[in-house]
Amino acid sequence: MAAAPSPGRLRKIAYMGDPLAAPPPSELMGVLDRYRGQHDVLVTVLQQIQSVHGYLPKRSVQYAARELGVPLARLYGVATFYNQFRFTPPGRHAIQVCRGTACHVAGSSTLVAGISAALGVAQDETTPDGMFSLQTVACVGCCSLAPVMVVNHDVHGSLTAERVGEILDRYAGSAEAAPAGEGKV
Amino acid sequence: MTASERRGAAGAPQPPLQGEEAVRLAAQHYSEVLAGVPRRYLVCAGTGCVSNGSLQVLEALQVALAGTEHAGTNGRQEGWPKVVSITGCHGFCAKGPLVRVEPGGLLCSEVRPEAVPEMVRLIEAGEAPQEALTYHDPITGDAYSHEHEIPFYAHQQRITLQNCGVVDPEDIRTYFARGGYAGLTRALFQMSPDEVVGEVSASRLRGRGGAGFSTGEKWGLTRRQPGERKFIICNGDEGDPGAFMDRSIMEGDPHAVLEGMVIAGYAVGASEGYVYVRHEYPLAVNRLRRAIEEANLWGLLGPSVVGTPFSFQIHVREGAGAFVSGEETALIRSIQGERAVPFMRPPYPSEKGLWGCPTCINNVETLATVPLVIARGAEWYAGLGTQNSGGTKVFALTGAIRNTGLVEVPLGTSLRHVVERIGGGAREGRTIKAVQVGGPSGGCLPESLLDTPVDYEDLGRTGAIMGSGGMVVADNATCMVDLARYFLSFTQDESCGKCVPCRVGTRKMLVILTRITEGQARPEDLDRLEQIANVVCTASLCGLGRTAPNPILTTLRYFRDEYQAHIHDRRCPAGTCAALAGKE
Repeated sequence: MAAAPSPGRLRKIAYMGDPLAAPPPSELMGVLDRYRGQHDVLVTVLQQIQSVHGYLPKRSVQYAARELGVPLARLYGVATFYNQFRFTPPGRHAIQVCRGTACHVAGSSTLVAGISAALGVAQDETTPDGMFSLQTVACVGCCSLAPVMVVNHDVHGSLTAERVGEILDRYAGSAEAAPAGEGKV
Repeated sequence: MTASERRGAAGAPQPPLQGEEAVRLAAQHYSEVLAGVPRRYLVCAGTGCVSNGSLQVLEALQVALAGTEHAGTNGRQEGWPKVVSITGCHGFCAKGPLVRVEPGGLLCSEVRPEAVPEMVRLIEAGEAPQEALTYHDPITGDAYSHEHEIPFYAHQQRITLQNCGVVDPEDIRTYFARGGYAGLTRALFQMSPDEVVGEVSASRLRGRGGAGFSTGEKWGLTRRQPGERKFIICNGDEGDPGAFMDRSIMEGDPHAVLEGMVIAGYAVGASEGYVYVRHEYPLAVNRLRRAIEEANLWGLLGPSVVGTPFSFQIHVREGAGAFVSGEETALIRSIQGERAVPFMRPPYPSEKGLWGCPTCINNVETLATVPLVIARGAEWYAGLGTQNSGGTKVFALTGAIRNTGLVEVPLGTSLRHVVERIGGGAREGRTIKAVQVGGPSGGCLPESLLDTPVDYEDLGRTGAIMGSGGMVVADNATCMVDLARYFLSFTQDESCGKCVPCRVGTRKMLVILTRITEGQARPEDLDRLEQIANVVCTASLCGLGRTAPNPILTTLRYFRDEYQAHIHDRRCPAGTCAALAGKE
């Protein structure tokens, strides 16, 4: 008689059921109910999912595809096309460095390199402690203040390497509420 | 109670407005009420000034004025008209936060919240504000206390921007006070749709998004298409890095955009419109949404516009970050919730656009200009520009100059006028090397070509394009090869990947340019670069690919010596390229 498979192995091969069998969480249902059956709202739906979670969790996108009646591939096709959507959780403080022309001429590439080195993360990554995530954006439209970075919707302009260090220290020091920036946009 | 307040209590217009006379009376009423306020403090709440802390200045002003007699007699903070109110971008972003005092146009620049109590005390006492808040010319050192005297403003002609920095974008009544919606009523009550199209054609207004197609002609094409259902799209996907004209208009004068869309809808026979705005512009999205609510309340949108049988609805769609979605066919895809990938033209959107219906797509600046063209007449507008193109153009002037900000000049004005007289020329100890017009689709023009008139044809002949209006000035510290590489890395990243010339060509060009800036260039690289650039220009599907090589072609044409220095001498004349640093 063959030895009974170990419980660990059993668990590994067991059929876990439909991962989407349980109804979606209520906040997601709230979004999806509004758009059920509409095929021309994929961008809007993804934007709203992202505004709930800060990113697009895999499970939510799967639910959305099922509830809206579109193939998952099509929804992912839209999600991966646009720069706005991200698939990993953002840091507590989301840093976006502007890479517009005026900022470029004012040296924003050095700023990005500096922040990246200081935090030890590359672009589109989050620090291991979940404190900061670093992104670049095409242009935030405050070219007169170049170079510019946006942290949690607060715009910081006319930056230098030292000022960036000070600003990030302030954010790091306030784990809960973001410190008052120079202005919300 | 002042006379204007008494009148206000008796005859304040009530929404919804019905008929031409009601709109005229609203304009009269609100402009009189505003004129009756002895002093109003207008705080710039454009993105630049907000980032500089203008909202804190606004709070400080409200606190400082709360106790004064002036605030008490003119309807407290909650009352109307407000003594302190926000406005859209004043334009002079370099000197923000800005506060202007009306009437008179006294301008306080670089205002910090700490300086506000003293400033208010002085102004309320009828004296000049502190010296530190007065604008001083950086070259001559002359002080200018009023906005219209400052060279930056004096050398401009603000037409499309006439309300930006004057009206409160979150208060439709201030738009009425400036004669708002008069263009719409003139169109609805005095003109047939064909006459509106004719009037716009006669004004020689051309698309301000870059391509410069005649707006009247575009409307005519859409109007002549058969079909019950047509759409108006306002293209607010201002993707060019270094450009913020549309942002400032949507944030500063949202009703002008809406009014332009309703007029366009009446002219082409559409009853629905979409404003497509980048998600990076949250303030513009919010202000447009609010303006749409107000316009609906006042009967300027909805099932019966100003009491006529004409109906018009406007929806706001937020983009999700893709440069290519500014291209009209890609924009349509994006509104339909798909990947923003362009499709072949013809059929043009005017024949088969959104959901297969005839669609008229205009840029924000174009639509914001339309109400003025209709209200003041085509002849007046055409008279402002050149023989081929009427009116004025707004530019986002940034980069290595003294005065940066939003400027508006008649078409045909020279680049030199914009850069030197309005922009104040190069910063201390620097010289202007080039002006980049038109963003990633445009070109870099050398200092020697600064006398080129700003016009679609004249700029086209130099290899640049008019573009949407970004104007970035580069000085001797900017490496032109690096600048070309910067633009190309942008277009390469943003290429949607549908057609081969753009997808592969931009990547190959970027590889070569990177090689050049890193000192790894091969002698044949320049010829190869030009060859690929020409293929990408000719064979790409949409405007993104067709114009992507422009920064390379123009820098090769005007700054070939810099390329050669990188390739043959392995040095970067401007000292920007890190790999070649220290070899100067």
